[in-house]
Amino acid sequence: MDEARIARRGLSPRLWLAGGWLLLALLAAIFAPLIAPQDPLAQDLMLERLPPFWLDGAEPGYWLGTDSLGRDLLSRLIFGGRIAFIVAFAAATSACLIGSALGLIAGYFGGWADRIISRIVDVWMAFPPVLFAILLVAVLGTGLSSVILAIAIIDWTRFCRVIRAEAMSQSRMDYVESARIAGYGRIGIMLREVLPNVLPSVVALLSLEMGIAVIVEAILSFVNLSISTDDPTWGSIIAEGRLSIHQAWWVLVFPLITLILTVLSFSQFGEALKARFDPVLR
Amino acid sequence: MLLQRFLVRLLTMLVTLFGVAIVVFVVIRVAPGNPIAMMLPPGASDDDVARLRALYGLDKSIVQQFFIWLGGVLHGDFGTSISLRQDVLGLVFNRLPATLELATVALLMAIAIGATAAILGARSRGTAVEAGIDVASGATLSIPDFLWGLVLILLFGVLVPVFDISGRVSPELDLPFVTQFYLVESILRLRFDLTWDLLKHMLMPALALALPLAAIIAQLLKQSLKEVLDLDYVVLARVKGFSETQVILREALKNAALPTLTLVGVQFTFLIGGTVIVERLFSYEGLGNMAIDAVINRDLPLIQGIVLVFALLFVLINLTVDMMYALLNPRLRHG
Repeated sequence: MDEARIARRGLSPRLWLAGGWLLLALLAAIFAPLIAPQDPLAQDLMLERLPPFWLDGAEPGYWLGTDSLGRDLLSRLIFGGRIAFIVAFAAATSACLIGSALGLIAGYFGGWADRIISRIVDVWMAFPPVLFAILLVAVLGTGLSSVILAIAIIDWTRFCRVIRAEAMSQSRMDYVESARIAGYGRIGIMLREVLPNVLPSVVALLSLEMGIAVIVEAILSFVNLSISTDDPTWGSIIAEGRLSIHQAWWVLVFPLITLILTVLSFSQFGEALKARFDPVLR
Repeated sequence: MLLQRFLVRLLTMLVTLFGVAIVVFVVIRVAPGNPIAMMLPPGASDDDVARLRALYGLDKSIVQQFFIWLGGVLHGDFGTSISLRQDVLGLVFNRLPATLELATVALLMAIAIGATAAILGARSRGTAVEAGIDVASGATLSIPDFLWGLVLILLFGVLVPVFDISGRVSPELDLPFVTQFYLVESILRLRFDLTWDLLKHMLMPALALALPLAAIIAQLLKQSLKEVLDLDYVVLARVKGFSETQVILREALKNAALPTLTLVGVQFTFLIGGTVIVERLFSYEGLGNMAIDAVINRDLPLIQGIVLVFALLFVLINLTVDMMYALLNPRLRHG
């Protein structure tokens, strides 16, 4: 009990830092046209590879420098956040809905439903996920909806496995038995009794999955298979930075820091939520 | 008992592989792009297109195509790559050793780093050292291999350029190898100059793959060690006058390792999955890098072959871990 309380107090500042960064990045993405100092697509070969503001040769108004086509890095990062957050929310929610539904069915009903769903999960787990994602986007065609769909198709198993196990243990509890004696139907029990009890795990996984979705989108952009090449994404900025790493390190460093902070925040946020909802820790 | 368990697992494994074969086959055949059109020069006649489609069996129904392909696979014939015009199995075997060497070096690094951190943390439990290891492993765990790769490229490729960040081996070197297991062969031939060159290329991508797994090992092994360290026989060893490090290494480690071993097995498949993008990042000529090229070129036979080989690798690792666990766990051995 003491340990749990210490663990929760220890998480608190981390929760605030993580939440603060995500809120900042989200607001910047929403209000991108108002905040971004430059047009993220405007090319100017007179301004190519400008260094960030504290180095010699920097231009005012181009705080984090420019890339090899003279596009403003800060503005591209801010606009890239839009796609990152859209993918994070849409893909993670879709994966969550598919995976939780199947996991609940498999865990609560057991029997044939469980056997079939578990076999499908086995098959899915035998795919290298990154290759699967690249393959799906190549098949579905590049674009925002393809990326979201591909991530949902691949990552629903993460939710399914956890929810299945939770639903299985919940359905053996006394309260489920009482509900059955009280005359509730099976689907009614599943939705009204079992679902609320597995929800904390779902919420924590959802936050983790948002971080994963951001990374997968960046990987897809990196291999040039995500959104159209015009729209700035964090992954496409990184791909550009990887190429010009010896001439302009900042083109790789700033999107990398942005991605790391975002992924860390999503995972810390998920952990903290889990600790908060977990009845044992609470 | 053990044999029965093995046979059941083997059967499940075959069902899984069959499922993978179906999924990859269906997925790549709904692809809108036409691989034949990309092989022919512009202005090729319809006859040419039809001839090539027949050559690659693309003129038959999807069910027919599947069973023709599956029949071939069972005879070791994975078809011919459309973009490279070579036997798929030959191409895969040519690249697989590079990926296996990378993954194995990464696994060894993960175990070495993770176990060191776990032992250090368990030895100094309750101190700031342990808290520091907890925070570090928590953060390391949350950052995926792709981002670690980029961080390492910046740190050791640009800032302090001590390692190579591109390729598998320096191109100017004369390689005497007859197999594709360059690292193993360089050691066997006592050509340590080549071993060093290979390692200089391999260490950064391997470390990128190893770090998240090392963090998981550190957390789990430390937890198991702390549980074991309170048991009577460990207390006895301490009373006998062994130092805390000796107690951990000689007494506690072998009993605390089993849960970690199981986890490492499962996580090793994730690590192999990670080679796909990490090889791309470091231009390492392995199977994953070839897989991405195959997808970009819409090389259907090659994609099928690579995915199936990856899946085979995954289920074999899971089977091995499962059997090792059953052999090592006394409760299952006699159960």
